[in-house]
Amino acid sequence: MALLKVNEITKVFGGLIAVEDVSFEVNQGEIVSIIGPNGAGKTTIFNMLTGVYKVNKGTVEFEGKEIQNKAPREIVKAGMARTFQNIRLFPTMRVIENVLVGDHINIQYNFLDLLFRTKKFRKAEKEAAQKAIDLLESLELGDQINNYAKNLPYGMQRKLEIARAIATNAKLIILDEPAAGMNPQESEELMKFILKLRQNGHTILLIEHDMSVVMNISDRIYVIDHGRKIAEGLPAEIARDAQVIRAYLGSGGVEKDAEQDA
Amino acid sequence: MLLEQILNGVMLGMVYALIAVGYSLVFGILRLLNMAHGSIFAFGAHMALFAVAMQWGMPAAFVFSILMTGLLGMAMDRVILAPLRAKNAPNITCLISVIGVSYIIQNMLMICFDSTKKTFPKLFDFGNVEIFGVTLTSAQIMMFLIALVFLVILTIIVNKTKIGLAMRASRENSKAANLMGIDVKKVVTFTFFLSGMCAAVAGVLVSGYYQMVYCTMGTDAGLKGFSAAVLGGIGVLYGSVVGGIVVGVAEALAVAFLGGSFRSAIAYVVLFLVLLIRPSGLFGKDNIDKV
Amino acid sequence: MKILGEIYAKFTDFLDAKKKIVIPVLYLVLILVPFLFKSQYFLRVLCLIGIYAILTMSLNLIAGYMGQTSMGHAALYCLGGYFSGLLGSKLGWPFWITLIFGIIGGAIGGLVLGIATMRLSGSYLAVITLAFGEVVEMIILNFNSVTNGPLGVRNIPRPSLFGWEFTTSNGGFYWLMLVLVTIAVLVSLAVLKSKFGRAVIAIKEDELAAKLMGVNTAKYRVQTIILSGAMAGMAGAFYASMNRYIDANSFNFDISMTILCIVIFGGLGSIPGMIVGSILLISFPEVLRALADYRFVVYGLLLILMMRFRPQGLMGGLSKKPYKLPRGVTLPKALQARKEGSKGKQVG
Repeated sequence: MALLKVNEITKVFGGLIAVEDVSFEVNQGEIVSIIGPNGAGKTTIFNMLTGVYKVNKGTVEFEGKEIQNKAPREIVKAGMARTFQNIRLFPTMRVIENVLVGDHINIQYNFLDLLFRTKKFRKAEKEAAQKAIDLLESLELGDQINNYAKNLPYGMQRKLEIARAIATNAKLIILDEPAAGMNPQESEELMKFILKLRQNGHTILLIEHDMSVVMNISDRIYVIDHGRKIAEGLPAEIARDAQVIRAYLGSGGVEKDAEQDA
Repeated sequence: MLLEQILNGVMLGMVYALIAVGYSLVFGILRLLNMAHGSIFAFGAHMALFAVAMQWGMPAAFVFSILMTGLLGMAMDRVILAPLRAKNAPNITCLISVIGVSYIIQNMLMICFDSTKKTFPKLFDFGNVEIFGVTLTSAQIMMFLIALVFLVILTIIVNKTKIGLAMRASRENSKAANLMGIDVKKVVTFTFFLSGMCAAVAGVLVSGYYQMVYCTMGTDAGLKGFSAAVLGGIGVLYGSVVGGIVVGVAEALAVAFLGGSFRSAIAYVVLFLVLLIRPSGLFGKDNIDKV
Repeated sequence: MKILGEIYAKFTDFLDAKKKIVIPVLYLVLILVPFLFKSQYFLRVLCLIGIYAILTMSLNLIAGYMGQTSMGHAALYCLGGYFSGLLGSKLGWPFWITLIFGIIGGAIGGLVLGIATMRLSGSYLAVITLAFGEVVEMIILNFNSVTNGPLGVRNIPRPSLFGWEFTTSNGGFYWLMLVLVTIAVLVSLAVLKSKFGRAVIAIKEDELAAKLMGVNTAKYRVQTIILSGAMAGMAGAFYASMNRYIDANSFNFDISMTILCIVIFGGLGSIPGMIVGSILLISFPEVLRALADYRFVVYGLLLILMMRFRPQGLMGGLSKKPYKLPRGVTLPKALQARKEGSKGKQVG
C-alpha cells in the first residue's frame, strides 16, 4: 500500500483551474519529485496536501485514510509535514526552539502541569530538548542550537526548516523547492543531504522546477504542466519524454503562467 | 420620529466621516493607526477659537485652522515619523510615537488654552429647514454641506490630480512607486496635510455645532472617527464615509431609543458586530495569506 | 552607550550567577520597606506600581509573546475590579473569595475577547480590543441595578487575615502586592518556558507556519487572552479593595494606553522590563508633580525619544545568553567542548 495516494485532485480559483485531476503516489522509503515549469501548479498541489487550500474534487489518502480538507493540524498529526519555498522559520526564536515547535504535537502535558512544573512536565520538556538536540546534531546543526534562526546562513535555514518538519515525527516530509535561491554547488550539497535523510529512513516528496537538480536523487518523477500531469516515470524516462521537453522549452518559446506560484 | 433621528444621524455622521477619512488617508499609505488624530482634531478647533478670539471673522478662522492643523500634521510626519520610517521601524514603534505626540498636543492645549470648556460661536443661524416633514436646524444642514464639500474636494484631489495619482500609487506599493520616480516622502507629507485638514474642518464644525471647545474633545471624537474608518474598511475612503454615517445614525438612534448614556458606546457595539462578521470591515480588502 | 551596555550585561550576568543569594536578599529588602518608610502616600504609589507591573505582565502575554496590540486592556482590569468589588460591597464576601471571582471575571472577559478576535490580527485586532473596552464601560454605566452605574461601587471590604485588617498605611496592601506580583512573574515565566509559550511566540513569528507545524493557533490565541484576562482581573480585584471605591472612570481608555505604553517602554516580551517600566513610568508623573501641567508633555516626549533611540524598549531585544536547557540534557558535542573550555579558563 502506498504511503500517500492522491486521486484526481482539482483546485479551482474563481474560474481558473489551477490543478486538474492530478494523481500520484508515494511509497514508504522513496524520494518522489514533482517537477514542472514555474506556474504549473506545483505549490498549489502542496497547499492542498497540507490543508492550506481546500480540495475542490478528488481524494488524498495517507496510510489508507482520507485526509483531504482536514485542518492542517490534523494532517500534521496524521504524519505529513512540510517546508516552504520562501523559508518560513520563526526568525527571532532560537534554532532549538524552532525544532521544539515542530515537536509541539508530540509533547504531552496540560496547562496545570506547566504552571506547577510537575514531574510530568519536567520529564516531557527534558525529553523534547534531548530529542531536538540529537536531531540537530544528526543534521550537522548541533553547534547552532543557541543561535537565532534569522542569523543562520541561507543553507542552514533550509536545513533547519527540514529539521523542524522532521521533529513532528512525520512519516512523509514534503519539501517545496528546497534548492530555490541556491547556487549549483549549494544545491548539490542539499541533494546529498536529502539522500542522507532517506538513508535515515525518511520518505520524501519534493517539488522542484529545475529538473537537473532532482534527476540524480529521485526514485520516481511526476511532471506537471498547466495544472495537469503530463508524464510520470523513472528519471531516465522523464529526461527523454517529448512532452516534458516541450513543456520546459515551450512550444514556440512562450511560457504561459497559468497561476502565479507564490 | 425614526426618520428625524436618521436624518440627525446622517448630518452628524458626515462629520465623523470627515474624521474617519483623516485616519484612512494615513492608514492607506503607512498602515499606521494615527492615534494622534483626535488631538489634532482638538488642535484644529482651538486654532479656530484663537482666530475667533482675535476677531478675524469666521471664514478667516476656518482657513487659519486648516493651515495650522495641516502644518501640524506635516510637522509630526517630518519630525517624528519620517526618521522612524528611514530606520524601517516596526509599526508598533510608530504607533507608540503618535500616542506620545497625542499626549503632547493635548497637554500643550491645556497649558495654552487652560482646561475649561470654552464657548464657540454658532457657525450659521438662519432658522430651521423642513425636509420630508422633518425639521432640521440650519446649523445641521450647513455642517452636512460643508463636510460634503470637503469630502468631494478630497475625492477630486485623490482621484483626479497628479498628486492624487501618486498617493494611490504609493498606497498600492510604495517601493514600486518610488522606483517609478514618485517622491514618496513628499506624498506622505502631503497626505498628513490633507489628514490634518480633515481634522481641522471637522473640529470647527463640531465646535460650532455644540458651541463648545475643550482640550479633551479629541478623545471621544477621535475614537468615533476611528471606529467609523475601521467599520468601513480602513484605508478605503468611501468606506470611511459610509462608516461615518453608520456611526452617526447608530448614535442618534441609540440616544432616541435607548437613552443618552448609550450615546458614546453604541459606535463600538456596531463596530464589534461588523468585525465579527466581516473581519476587514464593510469595504476592506481581505488579506490572503500566501504560502 | 556601549560601555553602559557592557556594564549592564556584566551586572545581569552577576545577578544570574548569584541568583540564590540575590533573590532572597532582594525580597528581604522589599519586605522591610513598610518598616522603613511609613508614609501612606509612598506605600500607595508602590502599590500602584505593583498593580501596573501585573497589568503589564498580563498585556505582555498578548503583546510581547503573541505579538498583538491591545488598546482596551483596562476592560479586563475593570471586569476583575467590578466582579470582586461588587461581591464584596453588596454581598459582603471576604476579599480572598472575591479575589478569586475577580480573576474569574477577568478570565471570562478574556474568553469573550479571545473568541471575538480569533480571526483578526494587527490593526483590526487592536480596534476590537478598543471597542471591547468601550462596550464594557457602557455596560457598567447602564447596568444600574447591579453596578450602580456612574455612581460607582463604594465600601469595598479590605482583606483581613486572622483578624488583622490590611490597610495601605500598615503595609498590608504592600505585602499583598508583593505576593501578587510574584505570582504574576511566576506564571509569566512558567508559560514562557513551555510548549504553550513556544506555540504562542510561534504564532507571533509566523502564524501560518505555526499552524502547519500542528499548533492549534485558534486555541492558543484564546487561551493566551484568557490567561491575560485572569492576571488583569487579579490586579483589578486588588485595586478595588485598596481604593475601596471604583467607578467606570477608574478603568478608562487612558489606563489602557498607559498599560500599552509601559509594555512597549519596558520592552516587549521582557518580564523584568515590565517591572522596571512600571516603576519608572508610574513614579515619573508623581516625581514630576512639581512640573504640574507639563508632566504629561514630558511623558509624551519620553515615549517619542524612546521609540526613536531604543525601539525595542528598555530591556527588550534578543538575549545574547545561551538558551536555557532543562537540567540533565546532553549538549551537542561542539558545544560541550566549548563549555568545558570556558570552565577551564575560569578555574585557571
